[in-house]
Amino acid sequence: MAVIPPPGTDPAQIPEYMPLMGPPGAPDGAGSLAAAKQRGLLRRGWEVFAENKLALAGVAVIVFMVLFCFVGPLIYHTNQINTNLNNTLCSPSAAHLLGCDNLGYDQVGRLMVGGQTSLEVGFAAAVVAVVFGTLYGAFSGFVGGVVDAFLMRVVDAGLSIPYVMAVIILSVVFHPNTIIMIFVIAVFYWLGVARLVRGETLTLRTREYVQAVKVIGGRRSRSIVRHIIPNAIGTIIVQATFAVADSIIILASLGFLGLGVQAPATDWGDMLSGGLTYLQSSQNYWWLIYPPGIAIILTCIAFNFVGDALRDAFETRLQRR
Amino acid sequence: MTGFLIRRILQALVVLFLVTLFTLFLVHLFPGGPIRAMLGPRATPEQVAFFNREYGFDQPFYVQYVKWVDQIAHGNFGFSLKLNMSVAALIAQDLPKTIVLVALGTVVSLVFGIPLGIYQAVKRYTLGDYALTGVSFLGYATPTFFVGLLLVEWFSVDIHLFPPFAPQGTSVGQILSQPKALVLPVVSFAFVLYALWSRYMRSSVMDNLVQDYVRTARAKGASERRVLWGHVFRNSLMSIVTLLGLSLPTMVGGAILIEVVFNYPGMGLAFYNAALNVDYQVLLGFTVLATLATILGNVLADVSYAVLDPRVRYS
Repeated sequence: MAVIPPPGTDPAQIPEYMPLMGPPGAPDGAGSLAAAKQRGLLRRGWEVFAENKLALAGVAVIVFMVLFCFVGPLIYHTNQINTNLNNTLCSPSAAHLLGCDNLGYDQVGRLMVGGQTSLEVGFAAAVVAVVFGTLYGAFSGFVGGVVDAFLMRVVDAGLSIPYVMAVIILSVVFHPNTIIMIFVIAVFYWLGVARLVRGETLTLRTREYVQAVKVIGGRRSRSIVRHIIPNAIGTIIVQATFAVADSIIILASLGFLGLGVQAPATDWGDMLSGGLTYLQSSQNYWWLIYPPGIAIILTCIAFNFVGDALRDAFETRLQRR
Repeated sequence: MTGFLIRRILQALVVLFLVTLFTLFLVHLFPGGPIRAMLGPRATPEQVAFFNREYGFDQPFYVQYVKWVDQIAHGNFGFSLKLNMSVAALIAQDLPKTIVLVALGTVVSLVFGIPLGIYQAVKRYTLGDYALTGVSFLGYATPTFFVGLLLVEWFSVDIHLFPPFAPQGTSVGQILSQPKALVLPVVSFAFVLYALWSRYMRSSVMDNLVQDYVRTARAKGASERRVLWGHVFRNSLMSIVTLLGLSLPTMVGGAILIEVVFNYPGMGLAFYNAALNVDYQVLLGFTVLATLATILGNVLADVSYAVLDPRVRYS
């Protein structure tokens, strides 16, 4: 039988967000409520969320970033296909609002193109990692016993390889394009999610409504998909929100190291990869450093705010019940 | 307690087995195998075959695995052809320097993170608390390397206070003899961890302040200062000790990025260079070492938790 670590020593809760998380609340019983009542609960959850000004600001920033990156290029036309060496490192001007980079690409247009990659990879990696981690963790916790012990040792093993190292090695091996990059980021990220969801499942599987499925002869998969996961959805969604921020940061770090998505694709981190050189040259090319960096920080803070507020919303909803 | 220790160590051994399997497998993911990756695309098939035989890559995976683990158990982490030195020698040369960076950064982050976290918990929902919460959020949302870039921009490009590069040299003595150059790398490293400790300390102290034992202490007439430092602080500190043992992977990641930004001659920079050169022996050796350290840190964290907190009883 596996030793259950005391609360607070579970490594899955430690990286990045543990201090913000506290002990994950155990959402219970929501799935057993009548549909009408559930809608009321969701609305109250939304009210709690909407009361949180920071969360609304976070949503606003995310919406702005998405519009800027995906709709922006339709309005603000720049050439992001051909380099233009006449414009190399040109200063900000009316023609180029934030100047140009070392290849003569307009920096605002570059931010949009890079942001597309950052946001796409961030979202997609989070979804892949959270979906797989959820299924794995729910299965492991629900089945229990030797299978659970083994599956969790696999998770332990994966989590003891420092994440940055693992991701760097995978990047070197695969020279990732945007699609492969999603998996490079997700392939070690799901482990933490799996451990968290497994913990939730352990408390949920003893509930009467889950037991009832077993008694009336329902399949395991039904219990997991229809009962366990919907009741753990609060934790899962909160985790997914933080996962997006984490993925954007890790993608940026790889980009900075020159191991990110391959040219001609770029991301916000990749735009910073030459940054140090330009800072130290005789001219101070501030527009190469601040815009991409601030874009990363704003986006990630926004996701953090939203994640925090979502957790409050889910938990308060349960408290008020 | 003994039973718990034995079980915990057995568990760690299973994890150790799995993780070494993963790591060796990672190396086999290189397209065309690790030797092709090392020799480059222009190597002839004969050369690749020769080196495959030389390095034992022509043997079945389990034979390779057993031999490799046996080598590691004897302290042989492989040989880097690119650097023409053994990986163990590279570790011996670079690890102390990385430990200096990580240790200094961790101490600085604790010195700021713990008191400020307590301050936030005591003065919760005040302006000061909100301001420091903002700082922590920044800590979470700012990529490690960008912290380094900003510090270089502000403190070495703008006001020439500190050099933009880390201290250079092969020995720890040389590194420590350039304290001014150490400031920026250490501060960048500390900033990342600061957010972790202060957030954790804040919530932990807040949790402890409403516990029964605090009420008891107050009822017995203990001063607020005594309640905070004699009771709450000690209990909260306990979990920080545990957290320290668990944050090794975070520290390794931070060290890699900081060392690259500042060109700090430690293991992180060596790992990064190995990645660029596809020096798989170094990648493999360093990863295994960091992983072993992580597993050890996890075990120590669990054990220290059980030892420090008499309420925890593993049965």
